Amino acid sequence: MSARSGGEPTMTDVLIRGARVLGESGADVLVRGGVIAEIGSLGTPSDVRTVDADGLVLLPGLVDLHTHLREPGREDAETVATGSAAAAAGGFTSVLAMANTSPVTDTAEAAERVLDLGRAAGLVDVVPVGAVSKGLEGAELAEIGLMARSRAAVRVFSDDGRCVADARLMRRALDYVKAFGGVISQHSQDPRLADGQACCHEGEWSGRLGLPGWPGVAEDVIVARDVMLARHTGSRVHVAHVSTAGSVEVLRWAKSRGIAVTAEVTPHHLALGTDLLAGYDPVFKVNPPLRPSEDQEAIREALLDGTIDAVATDHAPHARHDKEHAFPDAAFGMLGLETALGVVADLLVRPGLLSWADLADRMSSAPARIAGLTDQGRPIAVGEPANLVMVDPDASWTVERDASRSRSRNNPWHGRTVHSKVEATFLRGALTAYRGRVAPAGGALTLEELS
Amino acid sequence: MGSATPPPPAARVVMSSGDISRALRRVAHEILERNKGPAGLVLLGIPSRGVPLARRLAAVLHDVEGVDIPVGTLDVTMFRDDLRRQPTRAPGRTVVPAGGIDDKVVVLVDDVLYSGRTIRAALEAINDLGRPRAVRLAVLVDRGHRELPIRADHVGKNLPTSSAERVHVALAESDGGVEDVRISGGDR
Amino acid sequence: MIGKHLLSSADLDREDIETILTTAASMHDVQRREVKKLPTLRGRTVINLFFEDSTRTRSSFEIAGKWMSADTINISAKGSSTSKGESLRDTVKTIAAMSVDALVIRHNASGACRQVSQWVDASVINAGDGTHEHPTQALLDAYTLRHRLGDLTGKHVVIVGDLAHSRVFRSNVITLATLGARVTVVAPPTLMPSGIGAWSARDGFATSWDLDEILYAGDPPDAVMMLRVQKERMSGGFFPTAREYTVGYGLTSERLERLYAVNPQIPILHPGPMNRGLEIAAEAADAGSSAILDQVSAGVAVRMAVLYHLLAGDQGAQS
Repeated sequence: MSARSGGEPTMTDVLIRGARVLGESGADVLVRGGVIAEIGSLGTPSDVRTVDADGLVLLPGLVDLHTHLREPGREDAETVATGSAAAAAGGFTSVLAMANTSPVTDTAEAAERVLDLGRAAGLVDVVPVGAVSKGLEGAELAEIGLMARSRAAVRVFSDDGRCVADARLMRRALDYVKAFGGVISQHSQDPRLADGQACCHEGEWSGRLGLPGWPGVAEDVIVARDVMLARHTGSRVHVAHVSTAGSVEVLRWAKSRGIAVTAEVTPHHLALGTDLLAGYDPVFKVNPPLRPSEDQEAIREALLDGTIDAVATDHAPHARHDKEHAFPDAAFGMLGLETALGVVADLLVRPGLLSWADLADRMSSAPARIAGLTDQGRPIAVGEPANLVMVDPDASWTVERDASRSRSRNNPWHGRTVHSKVEATFLRGALTAYRGRVAPAGGALTLEELS
Repeated sequence: MGSATPPPPAARVVMSSGDISRALRRVAHEILERNKGPAGLVLLGIPSRGVPLARRLAAVLHDVEGVDIPVGTLDVTMFRDDLRRQPTRAPGRTVVPAGGIDDKVVVLVDDVLYSGRTIRAALEAINDLGRPRAVRLAVLVDRGHRELPIRADHVGKNLPTSSAERVHVALAESDGGVEDVRISGGDR
Repeated sequence: MIGKHLLSSADLDREDIETILTTAASMHDVQRREVKKLPTLRGRTVINLFFEDSTRTRSSFEIAGKWMSADTINISAKGSSTSKGESLRDTVKTIAAMSVDALVIRHNASGACRQVSQWVDASVINAGDGTHEHPTQALLDAYTLRHRLGDLTGKHVVIVGDLAHSRVFRSNVITLATLGARVTVVAPPTLMPSGIGAWSARDGFATSWDLDEILYAGDPPDAVMMLRVQKERMSGGFFPTAREYTVGYGLTSERLERLYAVNPQIPILHPGPMNRGLEIAAEAADAGSSAILDQVSAGVAVRMAVLYHLLAGDQGAQS
């Protein structure tokens, strides 16, 4: 993609001093013209600003395979601009915007509109995801090819929120996207085993609470079917928000057979369990549902060993009134962009289970690779685009839902103390977020105004 | 109302078991005298200690007159005007004697007469049970400090107290064999 | 201590239940009197907010409130309880803004009462939330059983029917356990709640798919509670036909005879409304030992007791 148009070129020239690149020992990183110009022990050129990164970890900008930005259609819950701001604040430099807007992103025009809204916001690269089926109705293919050929160059297709349940439609979609290297991201939920009533994991808690449950096997059977379809078609399938141990088993088998399947997991499925249902707070209502500890352990293990390739947020903002219903009637979904890095780092990096380099793989390189993004998720190396996030690994902060950049407040992490705080986010060298401040739409923060 | 909590050691005895028995005998005689005999009498004890007192009065009346005076219990909890001041407790049972109270002379029996609020509640409770010809009040102790225009017809003992003091009534039936009336607290 | 709300049977410890049942016994006496009204809740406002129809529970709460002299108002909010309509929070905030002391809520969604209790200042009483709980039903069942059996410690109560969708079961299993009863629940596997294995192990009740084994083979039951089976469950594929259900899990006249051979006084309970001929034969419903009408009669007394303990005193004060 082209360099950003907004802002003065000098703003993108910066020297990041003393950063722990991928968590290793300190180095200086010089950014010029949005590109990494030098790395090493550098002097201070007179014409660039300096950011002190002593003790801070420098990672490639995060890439989210799974974001709901709600625009067009539900601008009361989120807009591309507010979602972009939340993403920048959370260390992201690119997000894939899901297609379940109103109207649905099922045409080239709709995809280009989202792309343009993202460019106008200018804080992250907003990459539209196209619908698999017209209107997400699961009946006929959407204009997948035209979306691929559009300015938005759509490569990821998903009916997310709904499962492509019809095996024949899924097979056709997988076949069709081979022509341009696309991938189908599947929301794996057998609609007969987990119908519209199902509002939480089917297990002891749902039994006690009397809530209609959604059994893990409703995910497992679709993952198993799609893996076989991917093998049959020789195409790529991506499993969105894996939540069960059963899915992990299938994925592990599929990968061992060389089947082209990738998978993502959300921070909330990794960290939050079914016990949170006890208070019937709809902030914890999400699809797929929070799962019990056996599943949580399996998906953590799978993320660590690479069976699950990536972390994705499934950031799903909802207006307050859509969450203030009885639990079974409330909307599914929770915020995630601003907390993803902190939550995953707390859960896996701080206890020493995952290195910063591996976290960069799961939250930046792998998702970029899956989505076919060529200038995101790149190594921190000379000549690479300066999409970077600077992280304070020892900060301690309490999530405050009202401090969110998102327009919505359905934040399941509210009140929790998280470590690893995003200090700064650079999109092609431009500072999009710095110590809690986010650049205005189309602009960048200058270091003068920060000091 | 008497206090259910055991008296502190410093409490001073103002009525012994013998005093209580003598007072009850006198009250029984007064009731008969006032009623010109036992006809139409019904005793209603107010829980908790009014109930054994009513039974004792009935026993004395039986000794004196050789007749069984009907005894019942009247729980006034649900009629109190001070429920909001404390956590609720389960009310006692109200047991109306088989003959009912219509056109009878009901003698309410309680241990201590103080503010008069219990008796006000009892009068309201009686209203819902029937229409007695007359309602009279017999108490073991009248300690004064009335907050309502209520007085007892028959008093075992008038006990001048300060409102800072507490009166503790113990009866053999309800207090593990201990029986006396004591006063504690105040500036003594 | 009895708190501000009654949302779940788990809100009540043994002492609380004893207190409520003792109070209910006094209220039951009042019910038999000519003048049934008590002045206790004079000036309080109790709103029966029913998002789902229920003639018997609503009228039971209404009579209870009126006999306690509370101003009792029924509001039917049926149809407003969907994701499309006004939010639940807006609905209850609007009603609670009218200086309400208690909201008695029946809702088709599990957990709705607990959610409401976080949004309003009034006491909230759960009159049945979805397939979750129905705590006053469990109290009136306990009242009925105690009247028949005395202390329930060690008594064996068998609950049979559509456990998966039963709020009566969920509340009863808690209240009966709190009172020391031993509970066995019986249903076909498809009508067992999810996770029942771990749940029953943790909470100490037994489960079975075989009604005859539980009724006759081992530990004889001291009481049998039959639950309503909704005919809609058949279309959901939970069981093939009504006939097959009755043969497997109904309290038929044959099963009743076998029970009577051992214990002709055994109380038969059913929360109603009954599907005669499906889960319970007419002979069983109308049997000499049937406690079904006692349950209805206890309903008002128990709800008076609950209203009294939640509303009359200062539940924050220490005795």
